[in-house]
Amino acid sequence: MTPTRKKRLILIAAMLVGVGIATALAVTAFNDNLMFYFSPSEVAQGKAPADHPFRVGGLVTTGSVQRQPDGLTVQFSLTDNQSTIPVQYTGILPDLFREGQGIIAKGRLNDSGVFVADEVLAKHDENYMPPEVADSLKTARQGMGDQR
Amino acid sequence: MMRFIHRLASPKYFYDVAGRIVPWAGWGALILILVGAYWGLVEAPADYQQGDSFRIIYVHVPAAWMSLFIYVVMAAAGAIGLVWRIKLAEIIAIASAPIGASFTFLALVTGSLWGKPMWGTWWVWDARLTSELILLFLYLGVMALYGAVEDKRMASRAAAILAIVGVVNIPIIHYSVEWWNTLHQGPTVTKLDKPSIAPEMLWPLLIMAVGFQLYYVATVLMRARVELLERERNSRWVQELVQPR
Repeated sequence: MTPTRKKRLILIAAMLVGVGIATALAVTAFNDNLMFYFSPSEVAQGKAPADHPFRVGGLVTTGSVQRQPDGLTVQFSLTDNQSTIPVQYTGILPDLFREGQGIIAKGRLNDSGVFVADEVLAKHDENYMPPEVADSLKTARQGMGDQR
Repeated sequence: MMRFIHRLASPKYFYDVAGRIVPWAGWGALILILVGAYWGLVEAPADYQQGDSFRIIYVHVPAAWMSLFIYVVMAAAGAIGLVWRIKLAEIIAIASAPIGASFTFLALVTGSLWGKPMWGTWWVWDARLTSELILLFLYLGVMALYGAVEDKRMASRAAAILAIVGVVNIPIIHYSVEWWNTLHQGPTVTKLDKPSIAPEMLWPLLIMAVGFQLYYVATVLMRARVELLERERNSRWVQELVQPR
């Protein structure tokens, strides 16, 4: 390799390293802002902002979904298996909304500690399988006494 | 091996070899994409939660993989062009940009179409979606910068520098779903564990991915040949090519 080429190669490597470090620093600095949602335990610890809307993400607690007579208002609770937060939402729920499913709600806490959501998004997980497989997995789990 | 690389770097030889590869890659891509699409859209079982909507995975995921892969190829070729001043590397780099931009756009659009029924929204500013959008802007920036400079060798160098700087975005896109809370789900296939997708759903996905790769090979070589002819239009071998004796 000729000296000029070597110099250019080193220059490019140095540029990559420099930009990489700068980006890493910037990304770490903004780490909290890059989080799309808070977990129920973070909300319980008071990490969520009180003065403006934020998002909570968690699993819909099994058996907690209650629909109001008007057909649009739903109450359910969100959990991360450590803390649970009650949520109230009026509007159309996404297709994937169901008990045990991960969802993200956007809104704010009211005075009685209920999270009043104005948007509910379903978070899909990374698992893909045919319905038969899902059924047999479920039966196997119940056979072992797992309630999940 | 080195001799082969040196020969390949000669414009005329590359033009001939690329011309012979294009039909193979093109037909291979067509066959694999047709097989993968039939298998994925018709034969593969529906998902236990998403039903038939999950089938957009067969376009979305390979397109997203290609958007990252092509960017790395473009930046690497750009770097080779910068260091060794190899004309062909510059040409491969700039020929890749529009193809990569198209795959990025495709990944964004298919993701959005899937997001509306599944998530309940077309778009959110989470880390994965935002970084993929930045990737599209990087591609467009590389293309615009290349187009803005008159001298094509100088344009290639400028575009290559931008492409190399943008490489930092690639690990961010890939790991965004692990580093931060995002609405986008975590990796299904590209992780060290066993893929969390049933094998009969995974196979068509992999076939589509290989098909998309071959499509890229075919189109990038086609674009590179045209770009090569344009840049070398005053050289003897091109003159001989267009004026048969």
